[in-house]
Amino acid sequence: MSNETNGKSGYLVEVEDLKQHFPIRTGFTKTTLLKAVDGVSFKIRPGETLGLVGESGCGKTTVGRTLLRLYEPTDGRIFFEGNEVTKSNMREYRKEMQMVFQDPYSSLDPRMTVEDIIGEPLDVHKLYSTKSERRDKILGLMSLVGLNAEHATRYVHEFSGGQRQRIGIARALAVDPKFIVCDEPVSALDVSIQAQVVNMFEDLQKQLGVAYLFIAHDLLIVHHISDKIAVMYLGRMVEMADADELMDNPMHPYTQSLLSAVPIPDPETARKQKRIILEGDVPSPLNMPSGCAFRTRCRYATERCSAECPPFTDRGNGHMVACWEK
Amino acid sequence: MSGKEKKAPLLEVRNLHTSFKTDKGEVRAVNGVSFVLEEGKTLGIVGESGSGKSVTAYSIMQILEQNGRIVDGEILFQGEDITHYSAKQMNVFRGQKCAMIFQDPMTSLNPVYTVGNQIVEAIRIHSDKSAAEANEAAIEMLKLVGINDAERRIKQYPHELSGGMRQRVMIAMALASEPWILIADEPTTALDVTIQAQILELMQDLQKKLNMAIIIVTHDLGVIAQMADEIVVMYGGRICERGTADDIFYRPCHEYTKGLLRSIPRADNMKEKLVPIGGNPINLLNLPHGCAFCSRCDEAMKICLEEVPEELRISDTHLASCWMNVKNGTYTEVPGDE
Repeated sequence: MSNETNGKSGYLVEVEDLKQHFPIRTGFTKTTLLKAVDGVSFKIRPGETLGLVGESGCGKTTVGRTLLRLYEPTDGRIFFEGNEVTKSNMREYRKEMQMVFQDPYSSLDPRMTVEDIIGEPLDVHKLYSTKSERRDKILGLMSLVGLNAEHATRYVHEFSGGQRQRIGIARALAVDPKFIVCDEPVSALDVSIQAQVVNMFEDLQKQLGVAYLFIAHDLLIVHHISDKIAVMYLGRMVEMADADELMDNPMHPYTQSLLSAVPIPDPETARKQKRIILEGDVPSPLNMPSGCAFRTRCRYATERCSAECPPFTDRGNGHMVACWEK
Repeated sequence: MSGKEKKAPLLEVRNLHTSFKTDKGEVRAVNGVSFVLEEGKTLGIVGESGSGKSVTAYSIMQILEQNGRIVDGEILFQGEDITHYSAKQMNVFRGQKCAMIFQDPMTSLNPVYTVGNQIVEAIRIHSDKSAAEANEAAIEMLKLVGINDAERRIKQYPHELSGGMRQRVMIAMALASEPWILIADEPTTALDVTIQAQILELMQDLQKKLNMAIIIVTHDLGVIAQMADEIVVMYGGRICERGTADDIFYRPCHEYTKGLLRSIPRADNMKEKLVPIGGNPINLLNLPHGCAFCSRCDEAMKICLEEVPEELRISDTHLASCWMNVKNGTYTEVPGDE
């Protein structure tokens, strides 16, 4: 894509052929490239949620982190509102792009009060003129995420997991971002608390119009919150479509087996469910199969799959699939 | 295996109380849990963290931490109370009668021994096989749990195996002495969904082959729906309700279970908002006088705050401890105390 189309394209975030390779020492002098992300492209509109799913080690977290340039991308381009952020100074974009982390225990400083945690981004970006304005903003954010004003002077250890995640979200919202990368934000929480946090994400999106990249492995939660869903396998995207379309009509053999493996909380359905059990394990990303990375576990794999990597093509209505056979 | 008696249920837990002594006071992790496990069946214990589901499992195996002990109640294995067993008797019970697999297969396997070594150890403790025979048996076990190339794998160390493979090794070890009961504490929580599907299917296959009873402890209602014949729902160390899988999923009679089922995304509520359970998780050091769930329950009445609800019979298979059933008259009788 060229620069002219950007800015007027109506997309908030555009990612083109993003690659993130980490050198790994595999011997005394030998290093091997670990291709954590190997050519991923997607776009997110303002106020939209893209769900990113895949199993551990597929590179979904790395995509999120590279997007915010917490890692320097090896290759590829990232645009925010049509401006390329890959090469520019990230500081001004940090105000627009924020992140919520998976573990609400390790991502908050235990020696800071809630007020200081939420206030820190305000300090960094100098978003207030007086002390009382700072405090008002913090209290406003706290009520936005459902925390009481009296919690402001407390320390993190006094809170439960769900409340901590609320603090993390308030911190991300402090700079009034347009885009938040949510990296497994509910997977560390108890079932009864997950719904509270999922609802809060949905409410905040309606209220503030913020867009999410929602990274998670729980497909039912992702389906609930997302407008579009992308599925990754070993550093590449294998399928991307509107959420309902992907869940109802998965085309890639990996997506099909992934969906069939999700345990449905309904005994009747569970009894009837036909599982496509994948053989074996995910190959090591240090020693990727040639061609399509999924072919070693695929029921439909042919010679072509090992020779050439399948392109990510549109099969109608923006349903993108990377597979030779389907 | 010989002489399976039919009269008493395979395992019956009666009014189990387990406590932990801590610096901050006594933590009553399990308060009066009762259930029955029949031969060859799967019982699911579901609850969130701190509900006492794992402690119940640990109590059965008597592998509680130093500061924990069974305060009251009976655990009957084929009619025999095992809470008074000596350490020696328990060693026989653990392994031969009842085996356990844990959530994290990396920390439950010894990193400095090969997996073969560990399975052989489990086999030789519980039988008088020679080293060579035990080695043969270990290879057989690995094949049984679906590990290809077992002869090579048996010489490998746990770090050389993937998460799913390690969990298979754990299962192989647990099954080495053909136990009657397999207790699985969150066996797939650390695994990816496609691997989870493999492990759950493996457990179901082995259950059929060996006619083994399974207790599966999990917080995942999806896993429970797939695996369990009977379900026990726990909250704050007490049983909310117990019944068949269909009872719990289609006719829940406790406000906590109802809330839990409303709060998870299902095929039929994708377009609607989830209905969360309000409030915060329970503090076991400070249990309410009445129902453990009362502070988070939308329907809570005065009596819920004051009195612990009795277990009421809803149907032949279904028991629930919720005052709402008294209010609505949806119970049939109060089960007698035997």
